[in-house]
Amino acid sequence: MQLEQIVEQAESAIAAADSPTALDEVRVEYMGKKGQLTELLKGLGKLDPSERREAGQKINEAKQQVQTSINARKELLKAAELAQKLEAERIDVTLPGRHSSVGGVHPVTQTIRRIEQFFGDLGFSVKEGPEVEDGFHNFDALNIPANHPARADHDTFYFTPSTMLRTQTSGVQIRTMENEKPPLRIISPGRVYRNDYDQTHTPMFHQVEGLMVDTDVSFTQLKGILEDFLNHFFEESLTVRFRPSYFPFTEPSAEVDVMGKDGKWLEVLGCGMVHPNVLKAVGIDSEKYTGFAFGMGVERLTMLRYGVNDLRAFFENDLRFLKQFN
Amino acid sequence: MKFSEQWLREWVNPDISSHELSEQLSMAGLEVDAVEPVADEFHTVVVGEVIECGPHPDADKLQVTKVDVGDGEPVDIVCGASNCRLGIKVAVAKVGAVLPGDFKIKKAKLRGQPSNGMLCSFKELGLIDEHDGIIELPADAPVGEDYRKYLQLDDNSIDIDLTPNRGDCLSIRGIAREVGVLNRMDVKVPESNKVAASIEDTLSITLSAAEQCPRYLGRVIKSVDLTRPTPVWMTEKLRRSGIRSIDPVVDVTNYVLLELGHPMHAFDLDSLEGNIDVRLAKPKEKLTLLDEQEVELDDDTLVIADEKKALAMAGVYGGKNSGVTENSKNIFLESAFFAPDAILGKARRYGLHTDASHRYERGVDPQLQRTAMERATELLLAICGGEAGPVTEAVAEAFLPKRDGITLRASRLAKVLGVSIANDNVTEILERLGFNVSFDGEQWQVGIPSYRFDLSIEEDLIEEVARVYGYNSIQAAPPAAQLRMTERKESQLSAHQLMDAMVSRGYQEAITYSFVDPKHQALMFDETAALTLPHPISVDMSSMRVSLWPGLVGAVAHNQKRQQSVLAFVETGLRFIPDESAENGVRQEAVISGIRSGKAHSEHWSEGDRAVDFYDVKGDVEALLAQTGNAAAFRFVASQNPALHPGQSAAIYRGSEKVGDIGALHPKFDKALGLNQRTFVFELALSAVTERPLPQAKPVSRYPSIRRDLAVVVDKDLAAGELIAAMENVGVKQLVDLNLFDVYIGDGVAEGKQSLALSVTLQDSDKTLEEAEVTELMTKFIETLKSEFNATLRD
Repeated sequence: MQLEQIVEQAESAIAAADSPTALDEVRVEYMGKKGQLTELLKGLGKLDPSERREAGQKINEAKQQVQTSINARKELLKAAELAQKLEAERIDVTLPGRHSSVGGVHPVTQTIRRIEQFFGDLGFSVKEGPEVEDGFHNFDALNIPANHPARADHDTFYFTPSTMLRTQTSGVQIRTMENEKPPLRIISPGRVYRNDYDQTHTPMFHQVEGLMVDTDVSFTQLKGILEDFLNHFFEESLTVRFRPSYFPFTEPSAEVDVMGKDGKWLEVLGCGMVHPNVLKAVGIDSEKYTGFAFGMGVERLTMLRYGVNDLRAFFENDLRFLKQFN
Repeated sequence: MKFSEQWLREWVNPDISSHELSEQLSMAGLEVDAVEPVADEFHTVVVGEVIECGPHPDADKLQVTKVDVGDGEPVDIVCGASNCRLGIKVAVAKVGAVLPGDFKIKKAKLRGQPSNGMLCSFKELGLIDEHDGIIELPADAPVGEDYRKYLQLDDNSIDIDLTPNRGDCLSIRGIAREVGVLNRMDVKVPESNKVAASIEDTLSITLSAAEQCPRYLGRVIKSVDLTRPTPVWMTEKLRRSGIRSIDPVVDVTNYVLLELGHPMHAFDLDSLEGNIDVRLAKPKEKLTLLDEQEVELDDDTLVIADEKKALAMAGVYGGKNSGVTENSKNIFLESAFFAPDAILGKARRYGLHTDASHRYERGVDPQLQRTAMERATELLLAICGGEAGPVTEAVAEAFLPKRDGITLRASRLAKVLGVSIANDNVTEILERLGFNVSFDGEQWQVGIPSYRFDLSIEEDLIEEVARVYGYNSIQAAPPAAQLRMTERKESQLSAHQLMDAMVSRGYQEAITYSFVDPKHQALMFDETAALTLPHPISVDMSSMRVSLWPGLVGAVAHNQKRQQSVLAFVETGLRFIPDESAENGVRQEAVISGIRSGKAHSEHWSEGDRAVDFYDVKGDVEALLAQTGNAAAFRFVASQNPALHPGQSAAIYRGSEKVGDIGALHPKFDKALGLNQRTFVFELALSAVTERPLPQAKPVSRYPSIRRDLAVVVDKDLAAGELIAAMENVGVKQLVDLNLFDVYIGDGVAEGKQSLALSVTLQDSDKTLEEAEVTELMTKFIETLKSEFNATLRD
């Protein structure tokens, strides 16, 4: 029968179509306005009305069958075409990405930030101050009067007898206490200067000093907070000792040592109870309030934490050194 | 303070090792810096006597000797030291001896002569001493005795780094007291006898400056023989305490200084003209010091004078003309109490630092002068003979330090320390310290001995109690405080946040010195006077930075020399601008600065590599400004800056205020600054970028936006920024974005002109814009550009 032959031919033409264009040609050949199946439908009118219905139904079924095959073939061809396109777009995913260089924060700053974080969590706020300082804030208010032997120990860079580069950030504590009333909890990080330059000294280095003044601040609490800090800073349980020392602005005063891996004590910070003369100098009642203060060398802590051997490396800004901390 | 451990143990000898002793001292606040043996390891070295000595037949500089080492038969030894001579006692390393450095002594022949041992120098025995030649021992040294035993060399030098408050511990006596307290032991003071006067000679003493010198003791000693040697027991104690033997008078005064902590001075009596006056220097008075330098004295400097002239700078340094020499026969000994305030800072002012000034500055026991005088007289007469006169004492009681008792409240002790120490325990500690203590159940009344001049307030006693009780016996406890939230201003940008923004763009944070090379700084900032350090570490670190650029340039140059090709540094910190109206005469301005040099990025397989340029750095700065949430407030205006390339330099404004600079470093400085690549810098006042206004939300338009592109031809010299600003100022409220996407100069554009292409994005918040409205708005822009810049539309 002619219809069956047409369908058979169409099916084989569909299967042979290897591109959407070829497939479309097949569709036109059989289903288009002048397509073979379309023509058959047009010829229905010539048939006897009694046959017309059945024949029509058959032709429509045949059309549907061919259309289904075309659709299926179309999907297949599309999938193949996409696969081919994607294959052409294959790249080497192991090649380096663009502009992957990211900088980094200086290790000294990293340490300062960690210290700020630890004490910030306990409600200490960060205070900063000038680096060219006057004698009152750097010495006098800290109970270091002119000609005090402790002044000679400071190796101060003077501009004039009354102005200098600060030798400690303690001036910030004084400035804070002048302007704010207890209770106080502050830390003051920053650059300090001493006229000394060798393997273990640079003329500029960083300190973080801390101060807490309240009605019941005691030496046991000073020990508590510093032991806590050291254990958290180094993330290990260290053997810590407090050794009596002397700073004009604290009494009792102590230096804090930690036991190094080699079994030797390493001095890491100085501290003490704020000297009553210091509180007096800023108008705080030393009978009502007591305070503790501490100071630490940031480079020292950084060297211990990351195994840096030469202090001077911090200020050479050699990229090969700095990048190790990124 | 360096001292011999053996010497200390003569005073107090606890049954603990050297290591334990030094730990104990450190934990009591007398920090031990070093413990070193006073001699290296060696053995089989004995005391010998040179009994024959003659020239070597075949060598000019050698001598052939026979040395008695107590073995019966003298030993042949060839010696090359110039001080080797007949009759002296020497230290002999016998055959079989091993000297420091594993140096073994064997039988040998030197130029044909047998040599069965060696005469040793201090150096060969590992004893620190500056004397040349072989060791010469006193005539009474027993021949044959082991040298180590003879000199008691199994001893340590202990070096204590004393804090300035503990002047009382600058002596064996003071340290012994501490050791006694710590070990609950009595201190044994060596026997000492008063020397009775055998002659009548005295000098009268006037205290013209009684406040500065409230007590002065003097004593005439005649007919001394200063050519006699100081005994070895004394020179050894001095040596182990870091002091060289000079002559008997200096050695004795140094010995008393170390033993008792009291400085003394001796004058050549025959050089004095009349009696002694302790007074302040006269205006412009001159004094030639023992080291031969002549100083002009300030009138607040205390001097010891005779009736004609100043003799010595009191408590600091002696004068040359009145100094004791080997030929002095008669001397005048001084033992005085000078008030610390009179001595403080003086030595430093004249560039001096002596053992005496070190002690007087920190304080000396005001009751110790007579003891010291007697001790020194006794020692001196024992060595040099002579006749002592009576001690003359001038004293102004009113100016001697007053010792009031100190009250220590039990409640205050507990408040400051945070622990309660049993009252009995506290009493016991105070008594051990040698204080006079009474306790009434609430507080202690404490009398302080004259040697603890460092103690005057309650806190001083709290520290003493804590120190002896042991800091490590005080437990640790977390601080208690009321929980109050800390202010966290959302509108405040921290320097850390700005730094992080730069780091994420590839910048490395640098930390450079705040003092820079004035030569470098002057190149870039020739018109700005910088603050100069009068006493810098070195000249190239003497000028306070007026910008962070000099330091950053140094960082770049350092790395370029080390083959680094992609360089981007950022730094925050203060710059120092001299300004008479500012606090301390200087404005200390916090800035953030950056530098880039070399390649824009490391060479990339798809991007290649290109040199960094102005727009890279400007992009970085724009990103920084964007942190403020208000980048539109900032403008870049072409400017002239002596540090920068004249055609690639801009000032950064916020409103009408100049807040920063950006540009290419002027290439003419490259060589002097050590740069080998084009370098770009910026600097911004931190205060200009630390505010971030809180966002105020506006509704988002629901209507579509429309983009129109516009290409205009304008003069080549016209700054694109001006054109953009003019368009923004037209006041079209529907303008939501304006982007300059092309700049063209060349074919199709007339000479002297440039074509700028901009995309204009328009959007209305209330409706969809109709074509006619868009055209109308675009016309407004075009008309503005035509009238302001003579712009023409590009075909």
